Amino acid sequence: MPGLSINSITKRFGDFAAVDDISLSVPDGKFVCLLGPSGCGKTTLLRMIAGLEEPTGGAIVLDGDDITRVPTHKRNLGMVFQSLALFPHLTVGENIAYALRIRGASKEEQRKRVDELLAMIHLPDFANRPVAKLSGGQRQRVAIARALALSPKLFLLDEPLSALDAKLREAMQVELRQLQQRLGITTIVVTHDQREAMTMADLVVVMGKGKILQAASPIEIYRKPADAFVADFIGITNLLPAETDKAGRTTVLGAAVPGVALPSGSAKATISIRPEDIHFSKPGAGAIPGTVSFVRDLGGTVETFVEAGGTTIVAVATPRERPNVSVGQAIGVVLPPESCVVLQP
Amino acid sequence: MRREPPRALADYAPLFFPALMLIVFFVVPFSIMIAVSFFKRNPAGFYTPDFVFDNYARFLTTFFGSVLGFSLLLAILVAVCCVVIAFPFTYLLTKRSRAVQTVWLVGLLSVLSLSEVIIGFAWSTLFSRTAGITNLFVAIGLMKEPVALLPSFWAVLTGMVYQALPYTILVLYPALVRLDPTLLEAARTLGASPVRAFFNVVTPALRNTIVATLIMVFVFALGSYLLPQILGRPSNWTLSVLITDQAIYQSNMPFAAAMAVFLVLISLALVGLTLLAGRKESAL
Amino acid sequence: MNVLRRLYFVLVALFLAAPLIVVAGVSVNQKQELTFPPKGFSLAWYGQIFNDPEWRLALIHSVTLAICSAAIAVAIALPLAWFLWRRIAPWANIFQVLGLAPFILPPVITALGFLSFWATVGLFGQFYTAIISHAIFFVTLPLVTLSLGFASIDRSLVEAASTMGADDRTVLKTVVLPLILPYLVSGFAFAFVLSLNEYIVAYMTIGFTTETLPIKIFNALRYGYTPTMAAVSIFFVTVAALVFGAIAYFGDIRRLLGAMSSDS
Ligand SMILES: Nc1ncnc2c1ncn2[C@@H]1O[C@H](COP(=O)(O)OP(=O)(O)O)[C@@H](O)[C@H]1O
Ligand SMILES: [Mg+2]
Repeated sequence: MPGLSINSITKRFGDFAAVDDISLSVPDGKFVCLLGPSGCGKTTLLRMIAGLEEPTGGAIVLDGDDITRVPTHKRNLGMVFQSLALFPHLTVGENIAYALRIRGASKEEQRKRVDELLAMIHLPDFANRPVAKLSGGQRQRVAIARALALSPKLFLLDEPLSALDAKLREAMQVELRQLQQRLGITTIVVTHDQREAMTMADLVVVMGKGKILQAASPIEIYRKPADAFVADFIGITNLLPAETDKAGRTTVLGAAVPGVALPSGSAKATISIRPEDIHFSKPGAGAIPGTVSFVRDLGGTVETFVEAGGTTIVAVATPRERPNVSVGQAIGVVLPPESCVVLQP
Repeated sequence: MRREPPRALADYAPLFFPALMLIVFFVVPFSIMIAVSFFKRNPAGFYTPDFVFDNYARFLTTFFGSVLGFSLLLAILVAVCCVVIAFPFTYLLTKRSRAVQTVWLVGLLSVLSLSEVIIGFAWSTLFSRTAGITNLFVAIGLMKEPVALLPSFWAVLTGMVYQALPYTILVLYPALVRLDPTLLEAARTLGASPVRAFFNVVTPALRNTIVATLIMVFVFALGSYLLPQILGRPSNWTLSVLITDQAIYQSNMPFAAAMAVFLVLISLALVGLTLLAGRKESAL
Repeated sequence: MNVLRRLYFVLVALFLAAPLIVVAGVSVNQKQELTFPPKGFSLAWYGQIFNDPEWRLALIHSVTLAICSAAIAVAIALPLAWFLWRRIAPWANIFQVLGLAPFILPPVITALGFLSFWATVGLFGQFYTAIISHAIFFVTLPLVTLSLGFASIDRSLVEAASTMGADDRTVLKTVVLPLILPYLVSGFAFAFVLSLNEYIVAYMTIGFTTETLPIKIFNALRYGYTPTMAAVSIFFVTVAALVFGAIAYFGDIRRLLGAMSSDS
């Protein structure tokens, strides 16, 4: 079976489980983002896949072979480190040719491959530069080219773009994704930036405290977050209390939301609704009564903050859709049932 | 490559040569020296194996007592002089540009690496009647005619301070160069003058460093084996000189070894104190 | 304040330089006498170091001793420092302590240890005993510089090399050694300069049979001064200054001496 399969992997540092019994299967050629807050075990998981950290338990299987005990240098990987780890004593060309050189490839072969890779990362004629003379974005590309020099089976990147400024980072995200699609290489990227994950990934794996909280496509994670943590971590959301009233209807902050069913047996739950899904109406008429407390007009979008039932609800729309909302205005908040996600308690 | 404990025999391989060398040529010689300190003197050769405490018993004479007392006092005096001169100097040095610091460090290392023989020779020349500093005083009219300033206790002290000063500066340098500059800036913004800030902020913050440096320079000065001999009178001789003298000129290795063991014990006790002081500092 | 500070620097510099200035003056005396300021000017005494058979022999002994012992010191320190960096083995730190001890203890003690040892095994007086003794005595210097050097290697460089297929030996050859080289050279240079100047260990191991330059100076001291001694002293200071100057020029001497990183 082609692809990467992680079976019940655990890593303990002393008593502390940095990665706690994680299982995950990555089909061949897919782009996976490990996403989660700092310290949740992403790097540790990636390093175990690379063989840089020994798992306390579990197995890692690549294309049907158990590689758990295979040393790093025999795994045929490409890896980009958070620090990039470019060799300071080598030039750009020598860095990229490193994997070929230590395998005894001829000078001619090395030069050819270096030229190819430099063309791929849009840095032709950079072969003889010292790495210290490169800009942040250029170093980034060189690290990527170096990792891909041998067309590895698996491409691993640990927060590869975190050192770049926001604009360059977004451009590199697109570039990295296009490169991966062109090469069709199984890729795992660690990030704590949800926008980055949404931009690049086929599969987003949200982690927290050493466990996988949800693994799904970006849009599914966004639309159907598994729990409050995921919902809150991915984009902006409103987490609102829902309960079943005496008549058996589901209500949120006193207003009935027909068509939303709470898990059987529970009288209370939390629902998640994205800001762009919220509608406003006149007060009354089955809507949640509220008062506009703040309006942030960003030009392209308008964010409206509404005080309702003791919490703040955020709604987003374009200025055209919501032309005249002002602070202090009394309005009704409408939650379309199809946009409400009932979260696991 | 994972950093992990060595498992296979091959993993230990890099350790073989260093371990062998250090054990055979340092641990063994050291042990032999300890053993020799219990041997009997053999005027014809080096020693005859035995097990006697005579060599240690000789420590109990007043002569030995006064040499030991003098050695310790001299070393303390050298350590104090060096730290008093070096501490403000090193502090000021760390405030200079990188280039200035580098030039000074190169100079200090060059002086530090000088053979004790050369230092002794240089100072004996500087203190001599024919080529000495008193010629300069005569030339500018301070003195009537040049005199020899040695042998004397002051010549010994000067020579040893000269020898230990670069060492002191280089021991103090890391601590002072890493000193958090915001500490001083904070004091300055509160209105302290640079001098007051130095005495009220820098000095107390580095109290343990100063103590550790004093001890290290003290041990360093204890090791001086030629300067008291070249620059001083026999009454200015130290334990190190006496050990050299007994081992080489009196051919009494067992007694030299006993004194050496004794000196090690003193040094070790003081190095131990240094480490303790260092530990407390880092715990703060 | 500024004037005071300047004065302080000048005084310390003067104190450190004064004996050397006088010795330099003495070394260029025309006649064989020890006077300062020098009478006349002659560089003949410098020529003596290389022309006079005795001084030249002492020079050759000293340089041979310094090169060989520094090389052995590095050969001991390199694998030890590498092992301590590469492996998790706290017990192996005992060897680090053993490597540091000879330098911290009063030199007379180490010297006497060597004397007892070589006398006991019956090799006393052989030239190579001084080489080994100096190698052990000065192993501290390459050990310290190399430990610093290893500590400065970003471990992710090594990991990156292994993800690209480099095994331990290849990593050592292609990444670790090139990065450690400046520290290795400094360690060698420190040991070389100190060995060149060392007196007591050399004296207690081979002093009765062979003269190194410091031993020759000391022996000459006892039979009367000659300007050649002054010339040799200046020669030594110059060599030391050149070597340390080169280390400072090609490397970062402030870092070697404990200043944090190269950017502070
Ligand atoms: N070598 C180690 N020893 C002890 N704890 C570690 C080690 N490496 C990582 N940890 C701990 O494991 C947890 C997960 O670390 P990491 O995988 O680096 O998180 P992330 O990359 O998600 O920020 C953290 O709490 C970290 O402190
Ligand atoms: Mg991380």
